Amino acid sequence: MKVVAKTANEAMAEAMRQINPDVVAAYPITPATEIVQIFSSFVHDGLVDTEFIAVESEHSAMSACIGAAAAGARVMTSTSSQGLALMDEVLYIAAALRLPIVICEINRALSAPINIHCDHSDTMNVRDSGWIQIYAEDSQEAYDSVIQAMKIAEEAFLPAMVTADGFILSHAMQRIDMLEDEEVQAFIGEHKSPYNLLDIYNPITIGPLDLQDYFFEHKRQEADAMMKAPEVIKKVADEFGQKFGRKYGLVEEYRLDDAEYAIVVIGSTAGTAKDTVDMMRDKGHKVGLLRIRVFRPFPAEEIVKALKNVRVVGVMDRADGVNAYGGPVFMEVRAALYEEEKKPDVYSFVYGLGGRDVKPVDIERVFQMIMDADKGKKIDRLNYIGVRE
Amino acid sequence: MEKEILEIRWHGRGGQGAKTAALLFGEAALETGMYIQAFPEYGPERTGAPVSSYNRLSKKPIRIHSGIETPDIVLVLDPTLIGKVDVTAGLKDDGVIIVNTTKSPSEVRKMLGLKDSIKVYTVDAYGIALATIGRAIPNTPMLGSLIKATGILNFDHLLESVRKKLEVKFRGKGADIVDKNIQAIKKAYEETKGEE
Repeated sequence: MKVVAKTANEAMAEAMRQINPDVVAAYPITPATEIVQIFSSFVHDGLVDTEFIAVESEHSAMSACIGAAAAGARVMTSTSSQGLALMDEVLYIAAALRLPIVICEINRALSAPINIHCDHSDTMNVRDSGWIQIYAEDSQEAYDSVIQAMKIAEEAFLPAMVTADGFILSHAMQRIDMLEDEEVQAFIGEHKSPYNLLDIYNPITIGPLDLQDYFFEHKRQEADAMMKAPEVIKKVADEFGQKFGRKYGLVEEYRLDDAEYAIVVIGSTAGTAKDTVDMMRDKGHKVGLLRIRVFRPFPAEEIVKALKNVRVVGVMDRADGVNAYGGPVFMEVRAALYEEEKKPDVYSFVYGLGGRDVKPVDIERVFQMIMDADKGKKIDRLNYIGVRE
Repeated sequence: MEKEILEIRWHGRGGQGAKTAALLFGEAALETGMYIQAFPEYGPERTGAPVSSYNRLSKKPIRIHSGIETPDIVLVLDPTLIGKVDVTAGLKDDGVIIVNTTKSPSEVRKMLGLKDSIKVYTVDAYGIALATIGRAIPNTPMLGSLIKATGILNFDHLLESVRKKLEVKFRGKGADIVDKNIQAIKKAYEETKGEE
C-alpha cells in the first residue's frame, strides 16, 4: 500500500488502470473529463491492455460498452450529468441484458440553467435504470468502491456506477491509500463471462424481441438479481475490509445508538455532517447521522433498523423532486419506515443544488428545525435550505 | 501545528499558479504524515481574473468538505488584488497574512486595517521570480514565504518535495527550470519580512 495525494478523478482513473479493463469506450465531460483523459494517457503509455474507443457521444459510449460486455469483455466508462442523461436509453439496456459494466460517475447538476457543479440530479435521474449505485463520501472511498464495483457487477450480473461529488471531490486533492496493482488484480480475479456473442461454437442471440409471452419474466429476473445484490455487495465489501482494512457497508451509521434526532444524507456532505454531529454532541444534543452508501439496491432493512428508534429524521437531498412529495432519498426513506409501528417523523430538506456550498451551520440548522418540530413547532414537510427566496 | 485543522487560502489571478501552489504545498505536507486537502475554487476561469485555492492540514483524517471561510493563513499572490478582493475576509484573529508586495508589513497592515493580533509578512515575489525564473510567476516563491512565516513544514523537506514534483511537471523541459524555481523558493524564504 502506498500513500499518495490524489483527486477523486485521479484516484478513479488509477483504479481503472489497476483493474485493467478489456474495453473502455468514453466521451469526456466536465467534471469527469480528467478520468477519461488520464486513463487515455495510461493507454497511450502502454500501462494497460485496454482497447480504448473514443466515441462521438455518451449514447455511443454506453452502446459500445454494451457490445463489448456482451462479447465477454471486462468493460468500464466514465461520465457526468448531461452525459449520463444522454446514456439513459442505453443504461436500461445494459442492465436488462445483465452486463457487468462499471461507470465512474461524477455528480453534476443537470441543465438548465447550465451549471458544472455538484448535485445528485444526474444519478437520481437514472436511479430506476437497473444499475447498482454506490455514492462515495470521499476520494478514498471512490477509489475503493470502483475496485469493489467491478467485482460486484461481475458476481451480481448487473452494471454498477460509483459516484463522487463534482469538484468537491473530483477536483480536491486528498490523501489516498492506494493498493498495489497485484492486490487489485488478485482481488477482482479473472472475468469469466458465462456466455459471449463471439463464441461461435455456442451461438446465442442477445437483445431480440421479447413480447407479452416472456418480457415480464425477464424483467422479474432482473428485479430478482437486484434484490440479491445486497448480499454480493456486502460479501465483496467484507472481503475488501479483511484484505485491506477499510470497511464499507450498504449504509454507515454515525453516533446513532442513542440518537433522538438524525440526518440522512448521501455523498460528501456526510463528512461535513459528521463534524457537525460531533460539534452538536459536545453541546449535549443527542444527534446522529445515517449515510446511505448504496442507494441501489435500496437498503430498506438497514435504514429501518438504524432509524426506527429516532424521534425525528431530516433527510437531506442534493436533488429536487420538483413536483414530488419531497426529495428522492426522503421519499424512499419515509416509505421504508411506513410499516413500523414505532417510527420517526420524517422531513425533507433539499440543499446544495448546482454546487451551493453546504457548511456545518447549514446542517446545524436542519437539526435545529427537526428538534423544533419535535417540540411542537409546525414546519413544512419539504424544506429548501441555503437558498435565497 | 497546534490547531486540529489548519486552513489556508491562496489568492491569485488566473495563470499565476495559485492552484499549483496549493497542490504542491498539500503534497509536501502529506509526505510528513499529515492528512490534507488541496482544492481550487472553480468559476469562470480567465487569465488575470481573481482566483482562490485552499488547503486543509490535520493530523487526523479530514472529513469536512465545505468551503473554507475562516482561514488561519492567507497568501496574496498579486498586490493589485488588495482593494479589489476582500483578501482578509474571515481571517482568524490569530491568523497570518503573507502578501507579495514591495511594501513593508506595517504598510500592508495599515492598508488592510488589520487587528494587532494578526501577523503580517511581505515578500517581493515578482522581483524574486524575475531575478531567478525570468518571469513574474509568484507561486513558487510564495511557498518559501509560507514556510518562513509559519514554520508549518521543514524547509528542506519542502524544497525536496517541490523539486520532485516539478521534475515530473517540467519533464522534457530541462532541469534548469526546476533549479530556478528552487532558487526562487530559497530566495523568498530568505527575503520574507515580518514586523519587528
